[in-house]
Amino acid sequence: MLPFILKRLGLALLVAFTVSFISFSLLFLSGDPAAALAGETASGEDIEAIRRIYGFDRPMLVQYGDWLFSALRGDFGESYYFKLPVAGLIAERLQVTMTLGVCGILFALFTAVPLGVVAAIRPNSLVDRVALFLSVAGQAMPSFWFGLILIVVFAIQLGLLPPSGAATWRHFIMPTIVLGYYAMPAIMRLTRAGMLDVLGSDYIRTARAKGAGETRVLFKHALRNAIIPVVSLAAVQMGFMLGGSIVVESVFALHGAGYLAWESIARNDLPTVQALILVFSMFYIVFTFLADVLNSWLDPRMRSA
Amino acid sequence: MTKRSLDRSAILALTLAMTTALPAFADKASGTLNVAFTKELENVDSYFNSSREGVVLQRAVWDGLIYRDPETNEYVGNLAESWEWIDDTTLEFKLREGVTFHNGEAFNADDVVYTVNFVAKEENGVKTQRNVNWMESAEKIDDYTVRIKLKAKFPAAIEFLSGPVSMYPNEYYAEAGPSGMGLKPVGTGPYKVVDVVPGQHFVLEANENYHDSPKGQPEIEKIDIRTIPDVNTQMAELFSGSLDLIWQVPADQAEKLGEMGQFTVANESTMRVGYLQMDSAGRSGDTPFTDPLVRKAVNHAINRQELVDALLQGSSKVVYTPCFPSQFGCIQDVTEYEYDPEKAKELLAEAGYPDGFSTEFYAYRDRQYAEAIASYLNAVGIDTDFKMLQYSALRELNMDGEVPLSFQTWGSYSINDASAMVSQFFKHGSLDSTRDEEVLEWLNVADSSTDPDERIEYYTKAIQKIADEAFWAPMFTYNTNYVFSQDVSYTPTPDEVLRFVDMSWN
Repeated sequence: MLPFILKRLGLALLVAFTVSFISFSLLFLSGDPAAALAGETASGEDIEAIRRIYGFDRPMLVQYGDWLFSALRGDFGESYYFKLPVAGLIAERLQVTMTLGVCGILFALFTAVPLGVVAAIRPNSLVDRVALFLSVAGQAMPSFWFGLILIVVFAIQLGLLPPSGAATWRHFIMPTIVLGYYAMPAIMRLTRAGMLDVLGSDYIRTARAKGAGETRVLFKHALRNAIIPVVSLAAVQMGFMLGGSIVVESVFALHGAGYLAWESIARNDLPTVQALILVFSMFYIVFTFLADVLNSWLDPRMRSA
Repeated sequence: MTKRSLDRSAILALTLAMTTALPAFADKASGTLNVAFTKELENVDSYFNSSREGVVLQRAVWDGLIYRDPETNEYVGNLAESWEWIDDTTLEFKLREGVTFHNGEAFNADDVVYTVNFVAKEENGVKTQRNVNWMESAEKIDDYTVRIKLKAKFPAAIEFLSGPVSMYPNEYYAEAGPSGMGLKPVGTGPYKVVDVVPGQHFVLEANENYHDSPKGQPEIEKIDIRTIPDVNTQMAELFSGSLDLIWQVPADQAEKLGEMGQFTVANESTMRVGYLQMDSAGRSGDTPFTDPLVRKAVNHAINRQELVDALLQGSSKVVYTPCFPSQFGCIQDVTEYEYDPEKAKELLAEAGYPDGFSTEFYAYRDRQYAEAIASYLNAVGIDTDFKMLQYSALRELNMDGEVPLSFQTWGSYSINDASAMVSQFFKHGSLDSTRDEEVLEWLNVADSSTDPDERIEYYTKAIQKIADEAFWAPMFTYNTNYVFSQDVSYTPTPDEVLRFVDMSWN
């Protein structure tokens, strides 16, 4: 198992490095950071001066090397917009995003997997149909819309929950549901398909034939095998939730890292964007890595992959 | 994902809300007024931000030497008791005694000297240089007398000193610097800042020791400001009673909120002017806009009144000047181009474009206005290749002189002087697409004369030539909607500065 983990780890680091290099080059091409920094009333000379002071006139590879070396020591520079250290800014915003992401994926897993299992046990039953309807609706409904509907119902009409903000745990209920609901359908469909597939296989018939209880058959034999692709999917969804919760963060005024990334792009705040890209890609990489390890534990055959 | 697609849902969300909306209740009992900002403010230090939200906080937390009454536009002393011009470039101030900063530091000449010397120094990087770069330095005469030296004659000095130039505590600022000031702001103003979460949350408390200022005394004890980017969410917060005041509410939604009868909806004009900028200097290469006939055709092609009536609504007005009508020097006696598409076509034919031409057309905000303008242009034969860019990207293109035609806006930083707009764009700077020698000369005189009549005379010349030659096609002024709980009493001013000190509970 260890060589497998080490190999995966090496691959993950290589991906992280490539992502950061590509994003740095793209940002380098996307606009003139000196002009953005100089502000609205700057003259051509002001911009040139800023270009020299910040070192934007150096070759790209030198700038990248410089950035990477600082980043490795945890120094992501200062945000052009807030004039505060990027590391602190991101750490603060990540708390919100992490809380939201973890709650969202747990919500999705704990609702989607049982629904998927039930749907697979009784295919084409009422439960299956309802689950299908929910999943289609979840994929089709834009999350800002769903968020606004929840706000209208639970915050305004019923007055049960606060409409927006991140002050208490109650503020996270609606965003969790919206974010989790978006990830739910895929997990549910995959669980259902996997379970249906596995339940029709020979070893399940054997397990039943040797007299194993139905619960044991379902959870020990069937689900463990059916869940493997779900683990990979959940990892990708988790990465998506951390980086892609922009809309939910915007609707619920959560000021997380996703919203920060979105706004920083518009503000040409390159150090913040660059650091966020690295952080987000690290999330994807870490989660995919963990999913690989978890899968290889669930299914020893995958270790040779 | 875009703001606009979010906005479209608003009407439905609102209709849903209206069916069973609970009566709004303000935090009148707790004495806290809850307000929403839309944009994340970069830094509370007013010299290091350039947004409307920053101006709002600046007026609450700090004071200037002078104050301009927003009703009468009259200048009165605030931190200064009186002032006089010693010569064309020296202003002397007698300071008010007995004023203290929120941290207990006493206000005196040293604070003025430190603040002016700090912000006037270019290396210190004040974000909006034109707010401060007319000052050379300050000099202390005695504890309560101070002189500000100007780099050159600058008659708008009084306006700037009553607006963006606020006084900072010297000892504290020397130690804290702009980032420290941004996190723990200290001023002399009617409100002191008790909590800052950068970009997200600002809590102000009434300054009980506020001096006898022309701003008046604060009545509302506590102001709690949260940044809520989505207008729909802001409205939901307003419905549920957790917000008491929102502003910059789009016209259609403000109208619906007004119909509900639970909120006060107030509309006021802002100083922002929308205009079409044309590359009359030909910087973008071979462009038809170098021909005055084409520029006049553009001016005649657009139905400004229809844009105002249908899209901007409220207290917006049609303008024909490259400045806001209330600004000093912004005379309104100029050539007006009435809506006449036939005349526009004739002018185009006369200019050698009987079948029209096609051009790139840029904008950075208010896509629906830009699209409406584009359809007027299309109707007279000017085909537009429309491109919507981020502000900074469009500005970059503009500075490089690569923009033949664009829809732009300018808010003049709420400075009530024509120099804040005309001189910004017609003095051969990198954003000047006209580069007219005469206009430059006249503006130089108007910007530096200390004789008000002479200033008016030269602004008139410049503005009239800009209109006669149709260098721009000025369109309309903007307005904003303020929506607040009926427990709140407030009359907005036309400069779009939210004044907490003027608010009270009903």
